[in-house]
Amino acid sequence: MKTTKSEHLKFFFIRNAVPLLFFTISALAIPLSGFSLAYLFEELLIRLSRNAFLVLSLLIPILAGMGLNFGMVLGAMAGQIGFIFVANWNIVGTQGLLLAAIISTPIAILLGWMCGIVLNKARGREMVTAFILAFFMNGVYQLVVLYLFGSVVPISNTDLVLSRGYGIRNVTNLEGMRNSLDNLIPLTLGGVGIPLATFILIGLLCLFIVWFRKTKLGQDMRATGEDLAVARSAGIRVLPTRILAIIISTVLAAYGQIIFLQTVGTMNTYNSHEQVGVFAIAAILVGGATVSKASITNVFVGIILFHLMFIVSPTAGKVLFGDAQVGEYFRVFISYGVIALALVLHAWRRQSDKDRARARFRNTSSAT
Amino acid sequence: MENQPILRVEHVGKTYYKNRVLKDVSFTLNKGSILGLVGENGAGKSTLMNILFGMSVIAETGGYEGKIFVDGAEVLFLRPKDALSAGIGMVHQEFSLIPGFTVTENILLNRESLHHNITEEVFGERLATLDREDMKKRASLAIQKLNVDLDGETLISELPVGYKQFTEIAREISSSRTRILVLDEPTAVLTESEAEILLKSMRNLADAGIAIIFISHRLDEVLSICDKIVVLRDGEVVLDTKVGETSVRGMANAMVGRQTKRIEQTKAVKDENAKVLLEVNNLWVDMPGETVRDVSLRVMQGEIYGISGLAGQGKLGIANGIMGLMLAGGSVIFDGKPLQLNAPSESLAAGITAVSEDRRGVGLLLEESIEWNIIFSALQNQSGFLKPILGGLLHIRDEKRIEACAKQYVKDLEIRCTSEKQKVQELSGGNQQKVCLAKAFETNPKLLFVAEPTRGIDVGAKALVLDALRKYNRENGMTIIMISSELEELRSICDRIAITDRGSIAGVLPASAPSEDFGLLMMGKVDQVEVSA
Amino acid sequence: MINTIKNFIEDAGWPRILIALFLVFLFVAAPFVDVRLDASVSDTLIRFGMNGVMVLAMVPMIQSGCGLNFGLPLGIIAGLLGAVTSVQLEMHGLFGVFGAMAMATPLAIIFGWGYGLLLNRVKGDEMMIATYVGFSSVAIMCVMWLILPYDSPKMVWGYAGEGLRTTISVEEFWQNAIGDIASFRFGEFFYFPTGVFVFFFLCCGAIALFMRTKTGTAMATVGSNPEFAKANGVNINRMRTLSVIISTVLGAYGIIIYQQSFGFIQLYMGPFYMAFPAVAAVLIGGASVKKASIMNVIVGTILFQGILTMTPSVINSIIQTDMSEVIRIIVSNGMILYALTRVVRGRE
Repeated sequence: MKTTKSEHLKFFFIRNAVPLLFFTISALAIPLSGFSLAYLFEELLIRLSRNAFLVLSLLIPILAGMGLNFGMVLGAMAGQIGFIFVANWNIVGTQGLLLAAIISTPIAILLGWMCGIVLNKARGREMVTAFILAFFMNGVYQLVVLYLFGSVVPISNTDLVLSRGYGIRNVTNLEGMRNSLDNLIPLTLGGVGIPLATFILIGLLCLFIVWFRKTKLGQDMRATGEDLAVARSAGIRVLPTRILAIIISTVLAAYGQIIFLQTVGTMNTYNSHEQVGVFAIAAILVGGATVSKASITNVFVGIILFHLMFIVSPTAGKVLFGDAQVGEYFRVFISYGVIALALVLHAWRRQSDKDRARARFRNTSSAT
Repeated sequence: MENQPILRVEHVGKTYYKNRVLKDVSFTLNKGSILGLVGENGAGKSTLMNILFGMSVIAETGGYEGKIFVDGAEVLFLRPKDALSAGIGMVHQEFSLIPGFTVTENILLNRESLHHNITEEVFGERLATLDREDMKKRASLAIQKLNVDLDGETLISELPVGYKQFTEIAREISSSRTRILVLDEPTAVLTESEAEILLKSMRNLADAGIAIIFISHRLDEVLSICDKIVVLRDGEVVLDTKVGETSVRGMANAMVGRQTKRIEQTKAVKDENAKVLLEVNNLWVDMPGETVRDVSLRVMQGEIYGISGLAGQGKLGIANGIMGLMLAGGSVIFDGKPLQLNAPSESLAAGITAVSEDRRGVGLLLEESIEWNIIFSALQNQSGFLKPILGGLLHIRDEKRIEACAKQYVKDLEIRCTSEKQKVQELSGGNQQKVCLAKAFETNPKLLFVAEPTRGIDVGAKALVLDALRKYNRENGMTIIMISSELEELRSICDRIAITDRGSIAGVLPASAPSEDFGLLMMGKVDQVEVSA
Repeated sequence: MINTIKNFIEDAGWPRILIALFLVFLFVAAPFVDVRLDASVSDTLIRFGMNGVMVLAMVPMIQSGCGLNFGLPLGIIAGLLGAVTSVQLEMHGLFGVFGAMAMATPLAIIFGWGYGLLLNRVKGDEMMIATYVGFSSVAIMCVMWLILPYDSPKMVWGYAGEGLRTTISVEEFWQNAIGDIASFRFGEFFYFPTGVFVFFFLCCGAIALFMRTKTGTAMATVGSNPEFAKANGVNINRMRTLSVIISTVLGAYGIIIYQQSFGFIQLYMGPFYMAFPAVAAVLIGGASVKKASIMNVIVGTILFQGILTMTPSVINSIIQTDMSEVIRIIVSNGMILYALTRVVRGRE
């Protein structure tokens, strides 16, 4: 079982192909963009605080073998509905955030439960199903927010409602809650404001995930994810366990979206949630996660590399092609391309692993 | 109290849909002793084990007759859970281990040790954290009982096959309740040295007070380790004896039984001048569960050649390997020319066709009509049933000829159907098999493999299938290799029969040889049989 | 009686029946809210002709077991390149449309071939990968539209003199070039683009004929039972690749027909979501993830396009709100979702 040093190195490169590729792209593009390191550091800090919670919410379904949870968009919707109510009642500051979180929790649980049931019916193709489910629920979300809010659901704040008398406006102003979490514990280091409270929350979530993996439930999820049939024959109730994994992820995504929107300060009622899934999933994949394996390190490495690329590519594109739009489109390509690449690599690797396992079995059994 | 048997089975019987598979089975098992359970495939061993382990299939098909006592108290298992809590542990042939988990995690799967803390009080047991230290202790205790060298921290995926088996056994004995352990063919996948270790650790377990039911085809293993032996044949106990009172030959005899029926030799054994149609040398086939390791055989032109052997010994792999369906290696010479392996279309083009043992999975297009199924192979491989259109620019299916052809087979093979347009999935098993045969016949092969042609079909259809094979052999000179676990069936139609064992041919006998000799070959006791190759 | 109804509902699946009933309701309600039936029928037929070929592009890949072709944008890109090139070369009328198709064909074959090879290496995960391959190819083409050396003043941004516009009008080149062949009007509101229908049914006929050849027969078998196909000497990977190529070529033709009816070439993010309506349509027509026929295409396209045409006018008139977008999203994605949850893959 001894591997030589060069084999070891090769193995390292293969396993980490995606992060290394991104590291290289960024390393080339940073000097082209001309941004100072201090500026990049500050930008990255903001983006980490914005996105980490959302990306972390993907970890538990991966643990349970359900792949990348494209259904996290459902959680984001729940978070936004929470915000609409809070904005309606004109509650500001951290109380507003807390209340939004409280309102969104039962909605996220319900949506997650539903998503879990649907995914249990589509075992083996969870990702594409969750992906379509997100589109479908987007329609339902529009139906509710655009037609039922203000007509069936009472909304008193006229600033929120469209001029026709019902339905929420395209942009919901969250100025009263803007950065209220980030600035809860004021801290400035070298002129850079550090959103300490947000990072504390992110840290707590990381601790929660570490602890969760050590629990019996976490172990059951791992077992279910590794081999559903074996876990079931050992007496683990696999289907409810899978639903639980999706519920936890959906609730975390709702909180993640609340944290995300409070740093932005405004909410595109009908668009803010749409891209959440793509960006979070692309980020975790850039960090070296796969469909079946992901760690907290993957999350942070991924956010840093992915957003670094996001910050520098328009200016780099302008320098290279004389057109900032090329860079814009290029980064759109990267977001989708990295997901495609990671999915292909994963499917590919799974097939070649299977072949290798058979070949090894042949060798050992023919030796007897 | 000490002498009371831990398990007592009394007059147990079972029928599946009026088909009797077990009849009046009784035996006892004492604490700390090992019982060898022996029988051919289909003798009723698995049904007996299913009853003992409370598999749901038993309750769903109307339960069983007779009584089972554990520790003197009558038990009725409706679910595997009931059997588990009564202390019966079972190690199956297929591993149910999680490859990405360590040995320890697998041994204690869903029985992990937990740290009891406050979250547990609030949220229930599932949010208690795992006590890894205690798990390590419990797992290594179980491994120690087995007395094997197994590291609890190794991942299952990195273990050799034999050690996976040990992990499974350790899982059963780590449960403090387990008092009766059922091992279903545990040595089938082991190397000889691993098998030896396993037998030793079984003895250790028995000495520690666990009663073991050991199912095996390896008669010498059974003789060397068991305290008593029960032989099943056709659902009945034909031998129940202490180990000292029987021999390998005695057991083989009991298993296969003395056939009172005279075998009708259907034709004279092929003449000496017939040429070799198929010559196979050192064939290996990677077919999961039916691995072929090293098979060499010669089949004569015009012969019906039988291949039999116990399940898992590779008889099915031979056909799948030669047909290119499973990864294979070695040399195959067909009709004087070397055959390219791993290319199904090459085998078909050379004139070899197979009727698969997996009728519904590989043999048929269930959702399509009878006629499609029948003509498909001829259409694809010989471009039959096509007609030109657009002045020969394109060739499309000639539905008229297809229909005529299908009608002919429906009549010849008595396929019961509403019409040749009926979907195959609506037919009975026997009629589906006839469609498979028709598909094979239509390609007009020089050599036809037929695997398990009568499995799961009724008596009338059986006779028809065998008659059809006989007829094509006689009238069209089609050479047939028939693979079946039904030895008597093979003996009624074949000229010679090869027996596979551990992925190789144990021997080839004329169909008229005594059935006891076939039994011995199946058990791997080649030295006790005079083989005429 | 009740049983036959039950069986019918089970066979057809309740979402399809709901959708059909909904469409019937729309047509019945139309006269009561002053929506002209002839105009509605005409619109439905025009949109049917526009979209039919793209829906047909689903069939070969479903037949060969590659699943729903979410990678349709790949074929669309080939079609766009053909169309843009034909405008660049100032090709007019039928010559322009068929020229665009002719130039798109080799591109579609190359794209489809590569795409097919990729899908052969990721069996079982085709749909998710196809979706993202489609998305990323649309995104990379956004960059390409900016930097490819097209320079016809009809197509590039006026102020910069380079980079293609988001929408390019084909009105003066080949709008309705095919549609107007033997087209006729019926009163003021009814227009029937005969040529488009002829083209669509020619495509259907070609596919139907192909399905009856030796290769076509083999292709259908690969989808319904790959083990059976392999055992009877069919080369599974070759069949799959071929089906992907055919799908991609049909996708290219489909978008060109769409543009000649619509009058515009939509570049950049235009093709991004175009696979979804086509997928939904074929499913509504009765196809499943593993089985599809030409009948499914025809029925599905009529139902789906009928709803898309009728909801804005009828529902708007009834409740005075435009809910068509929401209904479109729910109907199309609901249908796909339903199909995906029907069969559980693999054994457990």
